[in-house]
Amino acid sequence: MSSISLKKVAKSYGRLEVVHGIDLDIAHNEFVVLVGPSGCGKSTTLRMIAGLEEITEGEIHIGDRLVNDLPPRKRNISMVFQNYALYPHMNVRDNLGFGLKIAGQPQEVVDERVREAAAILGISELMDRIPAELSGGQRQRVAMGRAIIRDPEAFLFDEPLSNLDAKLRVQMRTEIKKLHHKVKTTVVYVTHDQVEAMTLADRIVIMKDGHIEQVGTPMEVFNHPVNTFVASFIGSPPMNLVPATVAGGQIVLSDETRMPVPRRLASYTHDGMAVIVGIRPDDMTPVGHGIHDSGETANLSLTVELAELLGTETLIYTRLAGQEVQGKMFDPRDVHEGERLPFRVALDKLHLFDAASGRSVRAT
Amino acid sequence: MIETARGRAVGPAPPLRRRGPDLIRYIRTHQTRLTPVLLLAPAILTMLFVVAMPLAFSLWTSLTPYRLTRPETIETFIGLRNYIRLFQDEDFWAAFGRTILFLAIALNVEFLLGLCIALLINKITWGQRMLRTIMMFPMMFSPILVGFQFKFIFNDNIGILNNALQSLGITDQAIAWLVDGRLAMFSIIFAEVWMSTSVFAILLLAGLFAMPRDPIEAARVDGCNPWQVFRHITLPFLMPFAFIAMTIRSLDVARAYDIVAVMTDGGPAGRTELLWTMIARTGYENARMGQANAMAYISTILSIAFTYYFFTKLVAARRYMGGAE
Repeated sequence: MSSISLKKVAKSYGRLEVVHGIDLDIAHNEFVVLVGPSGCGKSTTLRMIAGLEEITEGEIHIGDRLVNDLPPRKRNISMVFQNYALYPHMNVRDNLGFGLKIAGQPQEVVDERVREAAAILGISELMDRIPAELSGGQRQRVAMGRAIIRDPEAFLFDEPLSNLDAKLRVQMRTEIKKLHHKVKTTVVYVTHDQVEAMTLADRIVIMKDGHIEQVGTPMEVFNHPVNTFVASFIGSPPMNLVPATVAGGQIVLSDETRMPVPRRLASYTHDGMAVIVGIRPDDMTPVGHGIHDSGETANLSLTVELAELLGTETLIYTRLAGQEVQGKMFDPRDVHEGERLPFRVALDKLHLFDAASGRSVRAT
Repeated sequence: MIETARGRAVGPAPPLRRRGPDLIRYIRTHQTRLTPVLLLAPAILTMLFVVAMPLAFSLWTSLTPYRLTRPETIETFIGLRNYIRLFQDEDFWAAFGRTILFLAIALNVEFLLGLCIALLINKITWGQRMLRTIMMFPMMFSPILVGFQFKFIFNDNIGILNNALQSLGITDQAIAWLVDGRLAMFSIIFAEVWMSTSVFAILLLAGLFAMPRDPIEAARVDGCNPWQVFRHITLPFLMPFAFIAMTIRSLDVARAYDIVAVMTDGGPAGRTELLWTMIARTGYENARMGQANAMAYISTILSIAFTYYFFTKLVAARRYMGGAE
């Protein structure tokens, strides 16, 4: 139950630097999710906080303690691992109570806390089983129980759900969220799944190649991505990114398709500027199937290449200026390949990025 | 006759004592029933000749006063007299106890040393492969040769050990390694440990290689210092591997003969006599094969007891091996 702060933290393996001096402040009781593609340094960062990796440069504070040179056992943190990392030769009860026993707590206290943790996670009936006799979901629960039982300063989760099947993953995701409401503690959670990040986080940290790209609430990173990487990483299906130039207050795509520069972005652009237009599939719908013309909109005429039925909506694959893009049809009707549909684009939700740097025009 | 789901014919038993064409017809009609018997026959015959018949033969001889020099004595049945005599024989029980002691010391020392070696080699990153090979050298020698080698190392007059001790000024007189009863036992155990520690080292090293890293990291986060990690996580994980080594070695040590025969031949005054040197002496030198076989039966039970003990431990430990990941 402490804040965690990283100051210019870097990690190198030999000459190869994998985390490049990142700064991050995690508030007391905050749920922070580190998200990014594999190899972006998110797990390494978490393991440095845990003390399982040495910190090459910079400082990590947990609470008001500098923990750089403290071994994991002295940092008073709990960690849930991707592979559960249960102790295979101990039954569930001993797995849960191990940390307390090592800390020298009397047996009655251990028993009491184990009972509590097991009740919170609904694993009371499994107490005498060994990990080999548990299913994936049950193992995950035991691993979480082992983490909450010690009442640590912070929880660290290292891709805890990636070994579970899709259905169980969604279920456990909700349970982690509920658990955090119940057991108020600082949480650092690593995942490569942006849906997990969006649903769980108070704040999301998006990482790429050992750098932090953006830190913000889920709404901030979704609505105001600072660059094309964040834009394409957060949100599913991903944002459509199409290169264009600005000319006379208009965005001109390579095939001469034109739409007006949104009013709120007009001051950030100038004539002849090379940009990348970002449109989320939700903001590009066939006329009459989603976006109303009340706001600032533009119209396009596009040919359906493929339609994916999802029930409440249909994903439409089409081509804009020679590039494959996706739109969404809400309240769907049947469409067939090759059909030409009028689309409406919500300009007030359109994003513009600088073509050279990839950064949002609002940020530069 | 009923055809069962397995395609085997089940019917009333055929009348016995069929001969000639009747027998052939019987075989033809019951081919499917005979097939498994025919397929298993080689295995059954092998077991019969290799295991069952020698066992039966030695069991019979242990119930006779059979002497190698007087073959006709094999036909005299004397019941359990050999066994009764053994139960009153103090020398035999001394050798029995000494064998258990020998087993216990050798296995424990080998386990501890093997564990240390495995843990050290596991830490090495450069030259690990070569060290693993070098570690196995002692296993490449015949126990007889190892026995001779240590006989000369421990020799009180010309032995290199006494020579070294005296040159270094640690002692000024020759230590009678193989003549003093206690030291002789120590010397034999030393040779045995030198030869076989690598069995433990190799199997425990295999265990360390197979060990998942996550539980160790989890334990470190859970508050364990390095010793506690080893004590509560690494060691329990390695125990099945140790039990495999113990099972193999308990059979080896329980039949220890060659090294002892070469180094001391049970001497001085029977102070290093183990079960098998005693059995060999009784059977071949004194030619009392009936008595020797009775001893062998009792020592086989000892072997089985040790092996069974380690095997149950192994089975119990293996239960959780699947839950590591």
